[in-house]
Amino acid sequence: MKGKLATFFSNKQLQVILYSLFIIVTSAALYFSQKSVVSFLLLLSSLLILHFMNLKNVTKWIVALGLLFILIPFASSGGPAFQSYMEVATMVGIYISMALGLNIVVGMAGLLDLGFVAFFAVGAYSYSIFATSQASNFMPFGNFPLGGESFWGFLIVGGIMAAIAGVLIGVPVLRVKGDYLAIVTLGFGEIIRIIFNNGDRPINITNGAMGIASVTPPEIFGMTLSFPNQFYFVTLLILMFTIFAVLRMEHSKLGRSWKAVRENEIAAQAMGIPLVKTKLLAFALGASFSGIMGVVFAAKQAFIDPTSFTLMESFTILVMVVLGGMGSVPGVILGAAVVTILNLQVLTELTNWLNQLSLSGVLTIPDALSPAKMQKFIFGALLVAFALYRPKGLIPAKNKIFDVKKLKDHRPDHLNNDTKENSIPIDKVQV
Amino acid sequence: MTILEVTNITKQFGGLTANKDITMNVEEGKITAVIGPNGAGKTTFFNMITGVYQPTSGDIKLDGKSLVGLRPDEVAKKGISRTFQNIRLFGEMSVIENVLVGMHTHLKTNLIGILLNLPFTKKEEASAEKEAYRLLEYFELDHLLNEKANNLSYGAQRKLEIARALATKPKLILLDEPAAGMNPKETKELTEVIKRMGQEFNVTVLLIEHDMKLVMEISEHIVVLDHGEKIAEGNPEQIRTNPKVIEAYLGSAAVH
Repeated sequence: MKGKLATFFSNKQLQVILYSLFIIVTSAALYFSQKSVVSFLLLLSSLLILHFMNLKNVTKWIVALGLLFILIPFASSGGPAFQSYMEVATMVGIYISMALGLNIVVGMAGLLDLGFVAFFAVGAYSYSIFATSQASNFMPFGNFPLGGESFWGFLIVGGIMAAIAGVLIGVPVLRVKGDYLAIVTLGFGEIIRIIFNNGDRPINITNGAMGIASVTPPEIFGMTLSFPNQFYFVTLLILMFTIFAVLRMEHSKLGRSWKAVRENEIAAQAMGIPLVKTKLLAFALGASFSGIMGVVFAAKQAFIDPTSFTLMESFTILVMVVLGGMGSVPGVILGAAVVTILNLQVLTELTNWLNQLSLSGVLTIPDALSPAKMQKFIFGALLVAFALYRPKGLIPAKNKIFDVKKLKDHRPDHLNNDTKENSIPIDKVQV
Repeated sequence: MTILEVTNITKQFGGLTANKDITMNVEEGKITAVIGPNGAGKTTFFNMITGVYQPTSGDIKLDGKSLVGLRPDEVAKKGISRTFQNIRLFGEMSVIENVLVGMHTHLKTNLIGILLNLPFTKKEEASAEKEAYRLLEYFELDHLLNEKANNLSYGAQRKLEIARALATKPKLILLDEPAAGMNPKETKELTEVIKRMGQEFNVTVLLIEHDMKLVMEISEHIVVLDHGEKIAEGNPEQIRTNPKVIEAYLGSAAVH
């Protein structure tokens, strides 16, 4: 029976038909219903199904882009809940990008960083300060707030600022390893938050605990972006860039050097990999993805204060990476999506539902037990369950599979003619 | 011609002198062995050459240039590569990726090249992969290329370590007990490989080994350490008959 079912589902044409049917049904359900979180989630999960389908990579990417850029925004635009769907999707995008950044540091380079949200804060503040009149408190020249067009430039500035922060923190922190590193990064994460919290004296730079309000919304071709459905596309574009960048890095010299440092520092060094430089690069690049999304977050919320960047946020991002699978890009994407949706959609929906139940008198649940307040408990339970039953995450990291045929192609003469010149084709490419 | 010149190096760990006033030369193209009983300071000696430890005093020169004060990765770039007594592979990475890491210093691409997948990055990567595959073929590991290094048998892991070290295209390769834990058949194969690879890869071999049969068979020059000091030096025949060596290390078995 099981075997029959397996062959039934491995039929490619059938797969495609079933998949298309699934997408049509879920998107129609989403479009015509007033508010249906279930069909929204099912439509999103079609991306996950796509990942496991037996198709060419290019096809998968095209379908995924089509779903993300066209179908999902269109299908969710049917009801009054359009903006709330888009809000959730935007937050998912922001967290995925951050988790991918942390994945470079924790998953690939093996450096446990518990203060990662600090870089998100650096990105968010670098835009907020200059996109409000805050900057005129300390800048001797220039007119503030800057216009909404500056947002696009600040995406790069935010990334660079976060990378610089990554290097500055990395230099002292990378002297220690393992558990000690985790504790020191945790400390530095808090230090950065406290600096923002107290940055209103003697010169008011960050406006302290009051936070920075009415951040200028981004503008493009004279159009002001202020709705979640607009930010959805901005986030999606940056996310696509992040995913491409991370995948490229993973399968290059850079990704290999990170993994080598993770696996064995002494051997990595003996192969000519400079330890400090490699680790700092991981810190800086991971931080920069977080910083870029910080800018988007600040523009989207239009208000930021230090409470958005607490330790809990760092833990949440780490949970995403661990849950999804350390070092695995698809895993981390899934992990981030699951955790964010659980936080923003499932738990709040459950709370609403239980509230309704208690209002109608069917069931009374004490306020302290409401699902929205159980976030930490649920994370803890999830982590314990994963450590026990799936220690490598939802989609464990895989090594690239090399194709023997390609490696044998166009080979120069047989090995025995291996003179010194012949053995260094790499250098020849250089000349 | 002398490729590695070690003059009067001493290493002290607090009150313990691990290496005392050792002077030796490694001739280019020859296989040199360092032998000695356990705790004689052989691995410390290797660690000083590769920059893991800095000597308390003395000098180490590769091709006439001093290596003292350089980090291990800088020493590797100068052309010294090594294997480890306790295998140190990148366990979770595949076999071919391990070799590709060895090519790290020869890949010239940068971050922009990687992000945009520029043509020269692609070309470089493709030829590095082919090169790595050839090295695997040489060590008869080519059928295992996509296997995780951790899953390999002990003998295969030892061979992979040598392949990875050769991937850095060194002038001098240091093998720290390459035959440890191998069965007689594997040891015999390894002996052949070490003999051949010196010429085929144009590399000078310096090795530490406990297997006397292997040492006597392949080395052209032997240095004997005991209690951190050099007690003898010479060709296999001289070492075999040196009374000091027999007393310190070989015992009566080698004399027949």
